Amino acid sequence: MTQRATGSFKGWLYGSGVMLLCVWVLLPIGLIGLGAFGGRPAVYQWPKTLMPASLSLDQLAVFLKIEGVWNAALNSVLAASMTMVMALLLGAPAGYALARFSFKGATAFRLMILLTRAFPLAILALPLTVLFIRAGLYDTAFGVSLVHTALALPFAAMITASLFAGIPRELEEAAWVFGCTRWQAFVKVVLPLALPGMAAAAIFAFVISWNEVFAASVLTVQQRTLTAYLLTVLSESPLHYRFAGGFILIVPSVVFIFAVRRYLFALWGVTSR
Amino acid sequence: MPTSRWLPYLLIAPASVFLAVFFAVPLVQTIVLSFDGGSAGIWGNYQRMLGDLNFNVSLRNTFMLVLTVVPLQMMLAIGMGLMLQKMQRGRDVVLWIWTIPLGVSDLAAGLVWLAILQNTGYLNTFLFHLGVIDGPTAWLNSETPVTLFIAVAVAEIWRSTAVVLVIIVAGLQLIPKEFGEAAEIFGASPWQKLTRVTLPMLKPSLQSALILRTVLAFEVFAAVYAIGGRNIPVLVGEAYVWQRDNQNYSVAAAYAVLIMVISLAATAVYLRLLREKPEARA
Amino acid sequence: MAAITIEGVSKRFGATMALEQLDLKVADGEFVALLGPSGCGKTTLLRIIAGLETRSSGRVLIGDRDVSDLPPAERGLAMVFQNYAVFPHLTVFENVAFGLRMQKRDEATIRRQVNRAADLLQIGPYLDRYPAKLSGGQRQRVAVARALAVEPAVLLMDEPLSNLDALLRLEMRAELKSVLKEAGTTTLYVTHDQTEAMGLADRIAVMHKGVIEQIDTPTRIYSIPSSTFVGGFVGSPPMNFLTLEAKNGVLACEGFSMPLAHDGPVLLGFRGEDVRLVDASQGLAFAVRVVEPMGSHLLLTGQVGGERIRVVAAPQAEIASGMTLGLQLDAARVVVMDTQTGKAL
Repeated sequence: MTQRATGSFKGWLYGSGVMLLCVWVLLPIGLIGLGAFGGRPAVYQWPKTLMPASLSLDQLAVFLKIEGVWNAALNSVLAASMTMVMALLLGAPAGYALARFSFKGATAFRLMILLTRAFPLAILALPLTVLFIRAGLYDTAFGVSLVHTALALPFAAMITASLFAGIPRELEEAAWVFGCTRWQAFVKVVLPLALPGMAAAAIFAFVISWNEVFAASVLTVQQRTLTAYLLTVLSESPLHYRFAGGFILIVPSVVFIFAVRRYLFALWGVTSR
Repeated sequence: MPTSRWLPYLLIAPASVFLAVFFAVPLVQTIVLSFDGGSAGIWGNYQRMLGDLNFNVSLRNTFMLVLTVVPLQMMLAIGMGLMLQKMQRGRDVVLWIWTIPLGVSDLAAGLVWLAILQNTGYLNTFLFHLGVIDGPTAWLNSETPVTLFIAVAVAEIWRSTAVVLVIIVAGLQLIPKEFGEAAEIFGASPWQKLTRVTLPMLKPSLQSALILRTVLAFEVFAAVYAIGGRNIPVLVGEAYVWQRDNQNYSVAAAYAVLIMVISLAATAVYLRLLREKPEARA
Repeated sequence: MAAITIEGVSKRFGATMALEQLDLKVADGEFVALLGPSGCGKTTLLRIIAGLETRSSGRVLIGDRDVSDLPPAERGLAMVFQNYAVFPHLTVFENVAFGLRMQKRDEATIRRQVNRAADLLQIGPYLDRYPAKLSGGQRQRVAVARALAVEPAVLLMDEPLSNLDALLRLEMRAELKSVLKEAGTTTLYVTHDQTEAMGLADRIAVMHKGVIEQIDTPTRIYSIPSSTFVGGFVGSPPMNFLTLEAKNGVLACEGFSMPLAHDGPVLLGFRGEDVRLVDASQGLAFAVRVVEPMGSHLLLTGQVGGERIRVVAAPQAEIASGMTLGLQLDAARVVVMDTQTGKAL
């Protein structure tokens, strides 16, 4: 076999491998979408057809109207938004410090960040229950968002650090030379350039909070987030509701990840092309 | 510009304080709480934990899941990363598709695969059309623990391989392509190139990915619940039950400490095994 | 040892032709330098020979074997990369042994070959060390040793000295030349530095925009360039070109005359060190603009009839900016080029 022939066989194998993996990722999402839109009849339809008999937004709307679901979704949005804001407010200054200064605390801080990423943080929600009850934070979206911020903060710091590191120091220095204070230079020069990346960090923090299950379930009773709600009603609810819930969980996250795809690598604190 | 020496410290202060409060404090509290056995003494909670009916099962399940999922994921992610390296057109699109699961919650992942695998689900439809089965078949109940386990493993692999993939891809991109070219020129087959050059140079990323993924894997919970309910007890699940249903915070804390210790041990093992001699670094 | 033959190799990137139907023959044991500015295609050609890039047409032969479609591992080559590509996770010994290990040679052979190469490159004392502990120059030697250890049919080198500082480059150049001469390996060497090419090569192939403009010995490339590009690229300062008119079979200007079969406007090429400086009335009027004392000579930049000319003068000469000197050309040392094509007549 000449090299060309084996080359094209290998090429075909490679191409189909790639396609297979893409399908493997996308198909399940599509399927649960079908499950969500198909509603009750589609779930129990046997055998399943590619396009379920009844496909409509109605089923989804019915699901949303179920008592508790809409509220839960709102709580999720609330908690996620607060997480987003706090993670950025706390993380961005730290990121700036890491990027622009070399100081003795830097390695210690980086280590702490590393530890929080590699640590079963959600589990720490357990003892916080007691603390929150005493502080009146139990069963609030704010309480949940505090724990989620602890989860998201390392990422926010990492991505802002690499963001700021990517903006040449000379730009700020030029601003100083021409009369700006440090803060002004930051706001006028650095911030506009860093905005897209910071938006990405914010979105990632949002998604982390939106998706988190354990802490949210432990720390809420009445004001449950969507994940907590779904978890608790999981065993009792009919299948099509579970699918609808799953679908609502997935869609915003997937959309958001699409929005931040360019910053995916910076999020994990690694440089990349 | 002369800056106050304290400026950097001021800047990291809020984040540090926050993490200290929400990380260090609960950490200490958990440990303390776990030893608060009341009348049963310091080890009281641990004894209850160990004596619990579900303990052995949950421990075994958790370990089996980790030992199944993590190695498979690593291999899959390395394979996907290498495929991406070869790609020219369409690389960005494929990378985006493959990292979509980053946005998927573990709960959602469980629900997704539930939809596929449940009795009247898509897998069964597919198998039915192939003539392999006669009708809706149950894969996910307590009588089919093996398939249940496989289902959970698949859901976890599906969801979280993306996490490992991102780290691996970033690591691969850091390796200058000349090293691979030099290996090729000097006669290395693709397999030799992988094992002798690429993987050794990927060690730091492999280490990161393994630590991160293993620690997260020991926390597996929502996917298990979504697919198997309480048919597959896992460590975090038990902690959850003790906290919420039994209202026993102390035993839950004992579980938490156990999970933390396991995670730390695993991290230490990886750090040791994948240690690079400092002079061998690029 | 083997010869390298390139037949009709071209390379297209999208709409641009990076290489245009090249033919090249490197004899067994010969050292040929591919010299040219960045973007001329020299590295592309080298990589095609190595198998690291595909070609759009043509053949590559090593010895008698057509290797055009073979992967790099099967071509029997060795290569030294610009950034060395010395594996950081292996000791120097393992690095040098790498190619031999891929060939599955026995331990005794490996040890012998590695030690031989290490002695040649004087890295014997470092065999147990890791590359991170070595300087750039030392790493370069490891890369060369690795290439020589496999006793390749053909050795390819991609600007191996460009990352070294000037003094080191000079030393390594001399060493490389003696080592390679002793090994007798067929070598193809890519560089943009014309002094390197001049110093090292048996023959130089000057490349420009994907084409080999001239391939010849260094001295002939220097003295008898085949085009204005070659004359301008090789030699420091570059060759000067004056536009003159040949009439009635004679090309003449102040203080100079030579017979020429071609009538009409031509480019007369001469080097800055091949002129005699005389009184302004006795030669071409040269208006000196800038005088740079280079230590070993004075570099004069000025104008002859509106065209920029560079001339070399003795280091002690008392010449200042604003003076007008006369240039007397040497008929034995000039070249004549066509004004349209820039090629020699």
